Amino acid sequence: MGDVLIIAEYEGGKLKGYSRELASKAVELATQAGGKAQGVVVGKNVAQAAEELGQFGIAKATAIEGVDLEPYRGEAYTKVLFELIQKIKPQIVLASASNLGKDVLPRLAMKCKGGLATDCIDLKIEGGKLKAKRPIFAGKALVDVDFLSDIQFATARPNSFATKVVDASKKAEVEKVQASVGELRVKVKEVKEAEKGLKDLTEAEIIVAGGRALGSNENFKIIRELAEVLGATVGASRAAVDAGYISHDHQVGQTGKTVNPKLYIACGISGAIQHLAGMRTSKVIVAINKDPEAPIFSKADYGIVGDLFTLLPILTRKFKELLGK
Amino acid sequence: MKIAVLLKQTPDTETKIKIKSDASGVDETDIKWIINTYDEYAVEEALRLKEAVGTGEVVIVTAGIKRAVESMRQALAMGADRGILIDTEGLTLDSYTAAVILAKVLPNEKFDIVLAGKQAVDDDCVQVAHGVATLLDWPCVWPIEHIELSGDKKSVMVVRPVSGGTKEVFEVGLPTILCCDKGEHDPRYASLPGIMKAKTKPIQELKAADLLAGETPKVKWVNFSLPPDRQAGKILKGEPEQVCAELVKLLREEAKVI
Ligand SMILES: Cc1cc2nc3c(=O)[nH]c(=O)nc-3n(C[C@H](O)[C@H](O)[C@H](O)COP(=O)(O)OP(=O)(O)OC[C@H]3O[C@@H](n4cnc5c(N)ncnc54)[C@H](O)[C@@H]3O)c2cc1C
Ligand SMILES: Nc1ncnc2c1ncn2[C@@H]1O[C@H](COP(=O)(O)O)[C@@H](O)[C@H]1O
Repeated sequence: MGDVLIIAEYEGGKLKGYSRELASKAVELATQAGGKAQGVVVGKNVAQAAEELGQFGIAKATAIEGVDLEPYRGEAYTKVLFELIQKIKPQIVLASASNLGKDVLPRLAMKCKGGLATDCIDLKIEGGKLKAKRPIFAGKALVDVDFLSDIQFATARPNSFATKVVDASKKAEVEKVQASVGELRVKVKEVKEAEKGLKDLTEAEIIVAGGRALGSNENFKIIRELAEVLGATVGASRAAVDAGYISHDHQVGQTGKTVNPKLYIACGISGAIQHLAGMRTSKVIVAINKDPEAPIFSKADYGIVGDLFTLLPILTRKFKELLGK
Repeated sequence: MKIAVLLKQTPDTETKIKIKSDASGVDETDIKWIINTYDEYAVEEALRLKEAVGTGEVVIVTAGIKRAVESMRQALAMGADRGILIDTEGLTLDSYTAAVILAKVLPNEKFDIVLAGKQAVDDDCVQVAHGVATLLDWPCVWPIEHIELSGDKKSVMVVRPVSGGTKEVFEVGLPTILCCDKGEHDPRYASLPGIMKAKTKPIQELKAADLLAGETPKVKWVNFSLPPDRQAGKILKGEPEQVCAELVKLLREEAKVI
């Protein structure tokens, strides 16, 4: 009893940043629940990523490997993870609120008839059970979730917890499982790869976002240039997306993505309630807008009133100097 | 082609959320209710699928209280054919029990496709449609931004956006549950004749309590609160060169995020 299982993700053979922070949280929760934290990584050649979980204090991990387990497929992952849950019987199952976690945990929770709290920003143990805090109404309100089921599921919003390396040289003991899932009902016809190396908005630590003020697809270049210097992901308001300056995967807000970076730079974005809903939990918000009355300034930690076409190139140059690029 | 749309009524996204004084829930007094934004995309896609085939039916399925009928009528005015309201008056459902009752109703009709929204903009759970698919053991794709029926009408091609702008193209046999993101089609406006016709389109009513079969919620929501409000910070003033230098310095030395 009291064991916590985390579904960890990897990229290029290494654990993803949000899985590292979740591993730290899992260890903390397991200690409080009187159990052990365990990890699982699913994919192709994932044993090394599974071993990495040891750094955070996870002693044992499972590496489920198979040729048809990469990339992520909901049906396949549900099958192999459900089998693992039945075998090791954890009390708590955690994943990140990533594209993967958001899709697989609701399926697993239903199969196990367990409660699920999604996109949590706080997790703790109370009365022997998981207790979660999560945003609702796109972050306009918060609610605490009490679990009524014996098995408890949660996904955690990336960048919500601190990563704590307990022993950088420690490797988790990994049990390798070979899995073959057979034919899936959802068949892959084609995968159109995006530009490599772009972090999804929901995982990004820094976001530079542009609004209607950019005026054209071409002008978004100045947003991209600043983003590149900072290693940031490009975001946009809905007005910019609707005008066709940039595609919908870049939209931040109530009907776009909810983001939680440590730095959000909003350029030529007025700060409508639906935009704020998607980025209000950013640690630091910078607003650049020529209208001193723009509502975005009331939420920003730092603001510059001025023309973004003048300011952004200067800012990009200054960051280049600072970062030695 | 028989298509169901799982439609939830949610507060308008403009709504300023207020919490009841005892923190037990959201104060609903001044809320304007709308079709959940993503479910409206689902209605549009359902109508397009039906139009592409030329025959069939689009059925709006909602678990909610009587107030939700207004949003269902809106979908009927857009062109959907009829509705099924699962009346939840007096019950507090969670995502689990909502999925249970929806999954009870759907098999009564032989739907080829069930469309849902990517998420409900009130609870932001991303859970109910997956739950329904799991209970029915139907394939489910989340989220999708494009649907196309195959020539033999036995499967659909869907486009799923994944991390960082990559798109996956899948073929899925019917029946299936698909969760709609914003796609290339904006939801249509209801025409005046559409609105008139919607008034007489049938909405069947079922009682949620009769469908639960002893199932109870798996979670309970307590202690609603508002997030700490952000305070307006520093406005930097001066020449562009100077304010940019100052901002870079502040981000490095004060905020420590660079
Ligand atoms: C159901 C629904 C869902 C929605 N979902 C979202 C969502 O997910 N995300 C989202 O962003 N919006 C969403 N919206 C839209 C939202 O209400 C706003 O319309 C939108 O955010 C405005 O985008 P904007 O700030 O880029 O444009 P505007 O409001 O037009 O603001 C442009 C800003 O740029 C400034 N500006 C102009 N020129 C310059 C310049 N040269 N230099 C500096 N500043 C300049 C102006 O002062 C202004 O403040 C939604 C709306 C609805 C109804
Ligand atoms: N009460 C409900 N009635 C009908 N459909 C619902 C209901 N709740 C959720 N759904 C569907 O499930 C999707 C996901 O909702 P959620 O899991 O709450 O984010 C929504 O977009 C709807 O399509």
